[in-house]
Amino acid sequence: MSQTATRSWTQVQTGTKTKSSIPEGLWLRCPGCSQMIYRKQMEANLSVCPECGHHFRISASTRVEQLIDTGTFERLFANVESNDPLKFKDLKSYRDRLLAEQIKSGQTDAIIAGVGFIKGRQVALACMDLSFMMGSMGSVVGEVLTRTIEHATEHNLPLVIVSCSGGARMQESGLSLMQMAKSSAALARFDDAGGVYISVLTDPTTGGVTASYAMLGDVIIAEPEALIGFAGPRVIRQTIRQDLPEGFQRSEFLLECGMVDQVVPRHDMRNQIARLVDYAGG
Amino acid sequence: MGTFYTLEFEKPLVELENRIREAEQGVSAPGAPIGVEGVEESAASSAELEDLNRQHAKLLEELYTDLNPWDTVRVSRHPNRPQTWDYIEHFVRDFGELHGDRRYGDDPAIITGFGRIGNHKCLVVGHHKGRTTQERIACHFGCAHPEGYRKALLKMKLAEKFGTPIVTFVDTPGAYPGLEAERRGQAEAIAVNLREMARIKVPILSIVIGEGGSGGALGIAVADRVAMLRNSWYSVISPEGCAAILWKQANEQTNRSAADALNLTARDNIKLGIIDAVVEEPLGGAHRDPDGASDLLRDWIISQLDELKAKSAEELVEGRYERFRNLGSFHETTPEPSESASTDA
Repeated sequence: MSQTATRSWTQVQTGTKTKSSIPEGLWLRCPGCSQMIYRKQMEANLSVCPECGHHFRISASTRVEQLIDTGTFERLFANVESNDPLKFKDLKSYRDRLLAEQIKSGQTDAIIAGVGFIKGRQVALACMDLSFMMGSMGSVVGEVLTRTIEHATEHNLPLVIVSCSGGARMQESGLSLMQMAKSSAALARFDDAGGVYISVLTDPTTGGVTASYAMLGDVIIAEPEALIGFAGPRVIRQTIRQDLPEGFQRSEFLLECGMVDQVVPRHDMRNQIARLVDYAGG
Repeated sequence: MGTFYTLEFEKPLVELENRIREAEQGVSAPGAPIGVEGVEESAASSAELEDLNRQHAKLLEELYTDLNPWDTVRVSRHPNRPQTWDYIEHFVRDFGELHGDRRYGDDPAIITGFGRIGNHKCLVVGHHKGRTTQERIACHFGCAHPEGYRKALLKMKLAEKFGTPIVTFVDTPGAYPGLEAERRGQAEAIAVNLREMARIKVPILSIVIGEGGSGGALGIAVADRVAMLRNSWYSVISPEGCAAILWKQANEQTNRSAADALNLTARDNIKLGIIDAVVEEPLGGAHRDPDGASDLLRDWIISQLDELKAKSAEELVEGRYERFRNLGSFHETTPEPSESASTDA
């Protein structure tokens, strides 16, 4: 079986290159191998570089398309929208920021949730969207996640959450922090009810999201070379005042540390999830 | 007060305190000639002393009523502020510390052990920053490693088995951001605590006694009742961390702005429903009167344990779920659309 990456994390070349957005244009340079690749070909390849296998970041809606059987996704809780409970203002007000992000991304917040089928198996699915305020978790993300977990509990569905996030959303301060406890408490109930939760970690999953539901999967799957951690590399570097080893906090590193069950390339994600759902069915 | 550490905004107060001390020496100066003149001078001094004391009380009240958020953060970090160990020594009788997570090691940044508060047997769990330089380094200034969170959970499960309530003291700038902490699963350790604390079948009481920094604080604060001491802070990130990211730099000015924006004081947090109570400190902060602060905290804990112990396990777990379930601020637009977002892949 070739679906599980077997490379050691020390062999993985990562560094801290930014790969947050795919540049516009017909052709682009892959940050993984520096080759010029044809965008359409890359996108048709599930946004994975055909040359080196570098996994580009993808939106929540693309993720849903990639995972769910065509035409079977029913979106839920799309009408939950953010308030600005603290009237938060840094260099820019949170209200303006939200509006700008909504226009830019076409989404109301950083999550898409619903139910659908993966290779014929019905699941509850939530996907985070990095393009909306770095996929940060505020009240909306916390609420939608919790409702999805409760929906899965009620309907006895396997739960799949695909994470990618910079962490808790600062602009909602303590309320964002509380979403960590809220979603984790919902997962405790789901677990008590015997539900199976597959957590998929993608690049990047950090901060309060990692320190709550993302690391609570019955099975935790990571995409190759995804940055996954509690503290960001910059903060760690500043704290310990030394350089971080190559590949630190990447999926393969977590695999070696025993923190994730599998590193699964995007091409094989549907297979792996469907397979686990089958095993969970007894 | 000797080497008492002075906060910037407290300087006028310290000046007054110095003058009071001088006046006191004047009044009680030994060996002063007992003459008519001397008596007069002494009487004048004691009137002056009274006046100074009055001024001092007034200034203390002025400074500490409506303390601004950034100064609150500074008070919460005052080196003389009582820490978990101080409270344990003051009001946890018969305390016996329990060490280790049985997996990796014993993190001194989180203390756990059984003892009695009033008539209540309980498990005490608390962050510890350290009182001496050596201790502070060993405790990473109150920043716990995964083994600290795992130790806390292990002992909380034991308390559940014993049917003993749990009292946690939160005082951390955040969980430790380091290489080894990441390697050993800092995020996983905190996450598991959040999930497991939500379903522990004994009463849990949490009090933020100093700093309530993000996930590292929440990792021992999923409780039936959460309180903050008057001069503590609780937020998703420290003002400095927030300033560095959103204001692009952390300095006096931006830290102050970030502290304002984050709504991190006890008053803010109770308004948001994040905490259930504010435990008062003696005027001028717990660092000025640790014994007074301890008494107030002890009395509050006892009153809460009296109430919580009357509840059944089901009531507790249900109530705790609802408590956190209802936190958040959002609105719902139009009836829920049930569109198909799936397109041809």
